[in-house]
Amino acid sequence: MKIVVTVKQVPDPNSTQALESDNTLARDKEVVLDPGDECGIEEGLQLKEAHGGEVVLVSMGPERARDAIRKGLSMGADRGILITDEKLAGADALLTGRALAAAIKAESPDLVICATESYDGSTGMVPPILAELLGLPQLTFAKKVEVNGTNLKVNRQTADGYMVVEAAMPALITVTAAIAEPRYASLKGIMAARSKEVKQVSLQDLGVDGGGPAETIESVASAETRKAGSIIEDDGNAVDQIVKVLADAKVI
Amino acid sequence: MAKVCVYAELSEGKLNSAVTEIMAKARELGDVSVVALGTGAKEAGATLGKHGAKVAYVKEDKVFDDYLAEPATDVMHALQQQDAYDLILFSFTSDSRDIAGRLAARLGTGLISNASDISAEGGSFVAKVPYFGGAKLASMKANGKPAIVLVRPKSFEASETGGSADVKDAPGSVGDGSKRAHILERVTEASEKVKLEDARVVISGGRGMGGPDNFPLLEDLASALGGAVGASRAVVDAGWVPYSMQVGQTGKSVRPGVYIAVGISGAMQHTVGMKTSKVIIAINKDAEAPIMKIADLGVVGDALKIVPALTAAVKAKKGKS
Ligand SMILES: Cc1cc2nc3c(=O)[nH]c(=O)nc-3n(C[C@H](O)[C@H](O)[C@H](O)COP(=O)(O)OP(=O)(O)OC[C@H]3O[C@@H](n4cnc5c(N)ncnc54)[C@H](O)[C@@H]3O)c2cc1C
Ligand SMILES: Nc1ncnc2c1ncn2[C@@H]1O[C@H](COP(=O)(O)O)[C@@H](O)[C@H]1O
Repeated sequence: MKIVVTVKQVPDPNSTQALESDNTLARDKEVVLDPGDECGIEEGLQLKEAHGGEVVLVSMGPERARDAIRKGLSMGADRGILITDEKLAGADALLTGRALAAAIKAESPDLVICATESYDGSTGMVPPILAELLGLPQLTFAKKVEVNGTNLKVNRQTADGYMVVEAAMPALITVTAAIAEPRYASLKGIMAARSKEVKQVSLQDLGVDGGGPAETIESVASAETRKAGSIIEDDGNAVDQIVKVLADAKVI
Repeated sequence: MAKVCVYAELSEGKLNSAVTEIMAKARELGDVSVVALGTGAKEAGATLGKHGAKVAYVKEDKVFDDYLAEPATDVMHALQQQDAYDLILFSFTSDSRDIAGRLAARLGTGLISNASDISAEGGSFVAKVPYFGGAKLASMKANGKPAIVLVRPKSFEASETGGSADVKDAPGSVGDGSKRAHILERVTEASEKVKLEDARVVISGGRGMGGPDNFPLLEDLASALGGAVGASRAVVDAGWVPYSMQVGQTGKSVRPGVYIAVGISGAMQHTVGMKTSKVIIAINKDAEAPIMKIADLGVVGDALKIVPALTAAVKAKKGKS
């Protein structure tokens, strides 16, 4: 079974970030492999361990995104593809999807694994765009995946539980953090990753046009904040104060 | 007048409440058509007429109940070919997200996701989206046509205007090639008596609750107040409670009369889902926790002591009145 996992490099969610003057995120700050994508890699590795095959990582980003691929390779993935091109700076979801789709198509995978949304963009739009461009069915928000021959079955998270959804592979899935606890890279894995292949491709290599952005940021403002009310220490009377607020709000 | 289309998401025959909210905005932006597909479509179309839809395209076919995304994408695509909308609106919910993404790719246009507001500016549409982890709000302009925008639930308040929609058969046909992601079974895990999204009072617990064994304390308070229990992502990821309880950017948005955050630090990704609540009460042992900066009443203390005492006090007060 050939599995492609899409991996994105994102600003470290645990570090404080700054905005550039043009309102793009300052990407020279600490960056990491998207924690959601780590779960996707883990699921890919578990499926490979159970069914055999290969796990290929595909990322679109600046040269530096090679580190994100390297991290996945040290967890155990087999090889990587890095799509990097100046024309991709500030790419929107559609262009990102086009670039990723072109690289993935050439691999003809049985399964494509993405995270439900990225940590920084959080638009969750790249996976369905990819599925459409690749002509694949999409089983999204998976918290459990089962493969039986060419049949793929997932438990798809819903607002009040989950649904069981199946499709024949090839298919695309998006995984939630509940899918699998990502493994740590072992020292051996880190050593092995150094000699694994990471192929670098440009938009021209892929035959994809840059095109103008589908949307542009016009301005950025601080989000509205609420004013703080009163803060009290619980000296035994706190409950009375809360009850008063509840009564004023007419909920009791 | 701009031509606006709203995708009316149905789940097991019921109209998603986010759709009537979106109608409140959509009818300000132009002439609105809605699309309702699957069991319950006709009824949904009638309801949306009362919320300002001029035309309701419906198709009561089980194929939309049984397969994810692709059948609905086929209809939305056919409809766009027929009516050439300027703006297509979806709710930022799982099923609609899947359809909107596929539709954008099929039409070759972009889309704006996770919007909390939309306006028409000089012939194009501008949406407000959280940026920079929610600390900022970006105004994003859609350059293509149609503009496709996904709106966060609870961004607008639903209200009826009266009126009725002209109900029509939705165009397009669903090929066998679109019957792929097959829904076999639906399982409900949430046992809540009151739905989180609709509750007047929401009591949410975070890591400060100490462990899953302490969540019944919140359940007790919720039942005393007739409210629902929510949670932060940290405790959902830790497996203490199901995802259906998560409030925030990647969970539910709520707008209750009173929101009580218990042992929740108040990360931006949490507050984006609850900060429009009318009254916010925070219980946290750390006076410096960010949640204190947006709370109307911040109580510095141990949640495990305060919550049971509060439940008792609420019960006592209710008993008297
Ligand atoms: C892309 C992305 C999406 C996210 N989406 C969401 C989302 O949808 N929803 C969400 O909630 N989070 C989300 N997060 C995570 C968010 O950033 C925070 O990590 C999370 O909300 C923290 O949860 P918490 O407040 O329960 O835990 P913590 O931050 O650990 O806070 C625990 C709090 O409990 C207090 N405390 C400890 N003991 C007690 C006690 N005995 N009594 C009273 N108080 C006590 C502490 O002082 C502290 O303030 C997201 C993050 C990212 C990057
Ligand atoms: N530049 C990228 N390179 C590789 N994968 C990506 C990229 N952007 C998005 N993805 C994939 O799509 C998922 C959802 O991202 P998004 O649609 O940006 O929220 C991510 O977790 C990745 O798996």
